[in-house]
Amino acid sequence: MMRNRLFLPFALLGAVLIWFVAWPLLRTITAVTPAALWHTLGEPEVAHAIGLTFGASAAATLLALVLGVPLAYLLARAAFPGKALVEAIVDIPVVVPHSAAGIALLMVFGRQAAVGKAFAALGIRFVSATPGIVIAMLFVGLSFLVNAARDGFRSVDPRLEHVARTLGASPWQAFWQVTFPLAWRSILSGVIMMWARGLSEFGAVVILAYHPMVAPVLIFERFESYGLDYARPVATLVILISLLVFLFLRWVGRDAEA
Amino acid sequence: MQKPEGGHLRIEHLRLRLGAFQVADLSLEVEDGQYFVLLGPTGAGKTVLLETIAGLHRPEGGRLWLDGEDITARPPEQRGIGFVYQDYVLFPHRTVAENVAFGLALRQATAWERALPWLARRRLRRLARAQAVTDALDLLHIGHLADRHPRHLSGGERQRVALARALVVQPRVLLLDEPLSALDPQRREALRGELRRIHRALSTTVLHVTHDFEEAVALADRIAVVHAGRIEQVGTPEAIFRRPATPFVAEFVGVRNLFAAQASPAGKGITRLAVGGLTIIAAGHAKGKVHLAVRPEDIVLSRHPQESSLRNVFQGRVTAIEPRGALVYVTVEVPRSGEKPLPLVAAITAPALETLALRPSDPVTAGFKASAVHVF
Repeated sequence: MMRNRLFLPFALLGAVLIWFVAWPLLRTITAVTPAALWHTLGEPEVAHAIGLTFGASAAATLLALVLGVPLAYLLARAAFPGKALVEAIVDIPVVVPHSAAGIALLMVFGRQAAVGKAFAALGIRFVSATPGIVIAMLFVGLSFLVNAARDGFRSVDPRLEHVARTLGASPWQAFWQVTFPLAWRSILSGVIMMWARGLSEFGAVVILAYHPMVAPVLIFERFESYGLDYARPVATLVILISLLVFLFLRWVGRDAEA
Repeated sequence: MQKPEGGHLRIEHLRLRLGAFQVADLSLEVEDGQYFVLLGPTGAGKTVLLETIAGLHRPEGGRLWLDGEDITARPPEQRGIGFVYQDYVLFPHRTVAENVAFGLALRQATAWERALPWLARRRLRRLARAQAVTDALDLLHIGHLADRHPRHLSGGERQRVALARALVVQPRVLLLDEPLSALDPQRREALRGELRRIHRALSTTVLHVTHDFEEAVALADRIAVVHAGRIEQVGTPEAIFRRPATPFVAEFVGVRNLFAAQASPAGKGITRLAVGGLTIIAAGHAKGKVHLAVRPEDIVLSRHPQESSLRNVFQGRVTAIEPRGALVYVTVEVPRSGEKPLPLVAAITAPALETLALRPSDPVTAGFKASAVHVF
């Protein structure tokens, strides 16, 4: 192994950061007995909040996948006027404070707004309803997916598509048989990032839909109303499930390469 | 694999612009079954030109004809024109056999598989075992690599896979973009031989782009020298080297003594080359139709024949004396029975010319070592 005098001090500095993340998580997990966790999971309110959080985030990610992957491909391959602007717009949700994003969405999808009314005519409500949670998660997470997919497509040599075309592939076939499989790992990592982002979303969701309650809102409410002891089992549960799902998706991603 | 139907390519007043590269007005005709080489300096935009012929770029003007059909507006997948890139561009997520089967799988795809291409994976796996794929792999001597992934192959092996992948769908024209340039000299020579063998076996029309003059001469039926998006000269290898049409061509191909010859082994690491009545001795092994070249600097001139280790000594007459820089180029015509004399160009220094006191039409002896004869 290469020896370098810098390694030791750098490792010590890094260790502080790693401790800073791992220790609070570990403390939270170990502070609750398995029996208490099981009991918490049995509470209908908790189970519902967790299911809603995961489901809504999955729905938001799926939406972003369908709408965002084609956009990512365009950003990677095509030159068009206004491309820099489009790229900037994709990045904006990362820098906007999430509560502000919630307000902004309310301005468009609220009951008084035109778009909100149009959807209401179709029977879709956003305020204090699951669709509101989904669009809040979509807004705050789409940058991760689109950017990861764009970088993935960019790393695929366009000449691979060229060769596929000369061998008889339509652009559609070349995309699905060459480009997409090769960019898939990047897209999957974008999916994981966005989905995880959705699970943890509080600010934008709480403005659009305090109810029905997603897990982060439930934790906040229990903490506010009853204190740390009541909030902690739910927090532990959410952390554990998130970790498990995260590990699983990482494992799936690795498998896809082999 | 058999020869596909047709393969006559005509490029008519092609105009295109892509970044810094532009073609003003290029016309070219490649006959059915011909091995045509576009020879030009690196970075002359030859790749863009080939990609345009394949349908990957839209030209600004002009027409492309394939077997009498106007294919200018046709998408690449409907042209039947194969493409091999310099750096192979194999599908990294597929095995060698699957790479080769790729085009066949597309041809056999059902309507469902065309609409939902991710369903085609199983067909590709099955076709990787098909006879046509095995034949293509065998043709390129890579049958033993069928189940390997491209990342585990050497450059030469990858280029063979790329060739097999392009050939298995029987393209009417095969475009080769500097196919040998990324290889080390030994592999390059081996694969060059393969290209020649395959072309003889299949007589697929080939349009091959290179900056390497030796490669061009070794493979081409016809050569077009391109420069700055224009064609400087089209002709047989001999014509281009013997009678360069423009200063650029003369400069680019250099002054060389280049001749077509019939080679036969003469034992002891020596090859006998018949050049229309004359016999030239070369070191190494060669057989059949070849070209030979001798650098002017390697030719020794003397007033009288003298005993030496030179294996090639010819009596001739000086026909031209041309000072160029530090050297003087002396053309010596060696008479041949029943044929035009063979012109040899020797480069000697000005003082050497003075010592020999050579003048046009003087008799002179020209000699060179067997190891100075370059056969390809």
